[in-house]
Amino acid sequence: MDKTIASPAEAVAGIADRAVVMIGGFGGSGAPIELIHALIDRYVKTGSPKNLTVVNNNAGNGHVGLAALIEVGMVRKLICSFPRSADPRVFTEKYLAGEIELELVPQGTLAERIRAGGAGIPAFYTPTSYGTELAEGKPVAEFEGRPYVRERWLKADFALVKAHVADTHGNLTYNKAARNFNPLMCMAARTTIVQASRIVPPGGIDPEHVVTPGIFVSQVVEVPDPAQEEELNRAGAVYPEGTSP
Amino acid sequence: MNAIKSANYEDIKLSNAQIAWRAAQDIADGAYVNLGIGFPEMVARYQPPGREAIFHTENGILDFGEAPPAGEEDWDLINAGKKAVTLNPGAAFFHHADSFAMVRGGHLDVAILGAYQVAQNGDLANWSVGAKGVPAVGGAMDLVHGAKRVAVLTEHITRKGEPKLLERCTLPLTGVGCVTRIYTSLAVIDIENARFVLREKLPAISLEGLQSLTGAELVIDGLVTDLNVPEL
Repeated sequence: MDKTIASPAEAVAGIADRAVVMIGGFGGSGAPIELIHALIDRYVKTGSPKNLTVVNNNAGNGHVGLAALIEVGMVRKLICSFPRSADPRVFTEKYLAGEIELELVPQGTLAERIRAGGAGIPAFYTPTSYGTELAEGKPVAEFEGRPYVRERWLKADFALVKAHVADTHGNLTYNKAARNFNPLMCMAARTTIVQASRIVPPGGIDPEHVVTPGIFVSQVVEVPDPAQEEELNRAGAVYPEGTSP
Repeated sequence: MNAIKSANYEDIKLSNAQIAWRAAQDIADGAYVNLGIGFPEMVARYQPPGREAIFHTENGILDFGEAPPAGEEDWDLINAGKKAVTLNPGAAFFHHADSFAMVRGGHLDVAILGAYQVAQNGDLANWSVGAKGVPAVGGAMDLVHGAKRVAVLTEHITRKGEPKLLERCTLPLTGVGCVTRIYTSLAVIDIENARFVLREKLPAISLEGLQSLTGAELVIDGLVTDLNVPEL
């Protein structure tokens, strides 16, 4: 078994129009910038994939990564908890112009919906959002005298994930708080594509240290020294290069 | 509220740092605490000596510390406000589902949040000012459920001089009946049996003055002590 793919471009080649794509990360931490940019390259060259539904905690920052994916017009709908950032202009302008749909989900509910999707649990009850606008239209039930809101699982066609070390079986470790949504999204997508700073042979990761077991991973592609969104933004980067923000 | 009172309020009110200092005095040794983005983050600076609280951030760290010096940031090591942080000895990483299991599962001792409005029944509004702009909720709706204590740090009145402590919130709710204590720029107020119970107030304001800046009845139930906070 070897899940290694040679390049980010090959890894994202199978993502079709209208796909639901989970993208890992919390802000720039754990964001798979190179996979996102490879997807943008494909769109610029071929016009596809478009009309994507993207699941991420945020809505991008600046003009790189997720913000760039939105800016070039590939995203029809965003499912997220916090569509604000230091520089949220790309999403904000599209949203206020009615060019992108937003499904706002409380952060813990978003995480649990993704976990449930990966775990085969179609729905669950949570106290979160009870009595608020975000619970409107959702079934409510009482447990031990307290009201809870029913939420549904969230699944995806693809997940784009950033790991630290991967082995060729797809076992993963993460770097510090870059873990965040990534392990959950690995579980919830039909095809999970992982970029890792390093790919090692089986046995190269101590089984005690595996965070995401390889069963949840379809493909791994090595991206040494991955870009950090925050550093790109501080340098005023725009993707694709040569376009104006 | 008229202009004279407004000027007076600006003269006597506690600064955000002082409100954070007061809230920090109530955090017990060994407590697990989540601090909201923005001014609640200042609470971490004012831990009383000899007490150790462990801070939780939604994006998957327990026991993070101060910001690193400029130029030494690791952008994989950030807090919920996307600011670079450091780790204390004994820190732990975990994924987002575990992080919110800590939140909703009743494992946090205290969550401290900001507020637009708080109602006397404990309703909190702190995520949306209505239809305009882009709505964003983050982890606030999760945090108000599950923590053993949910405390709010806030100016006592808005910049326009309107009360933020009300009989009923008029802005979209974050949670229903969730707030247990409010630290304002003028007072410390508990929510008990759907009432605002006054615990402490600045010596510089009278009970009547405080009531006039509050949008619901302030109940006296036991001793009201002076709210004394050092200059910071």
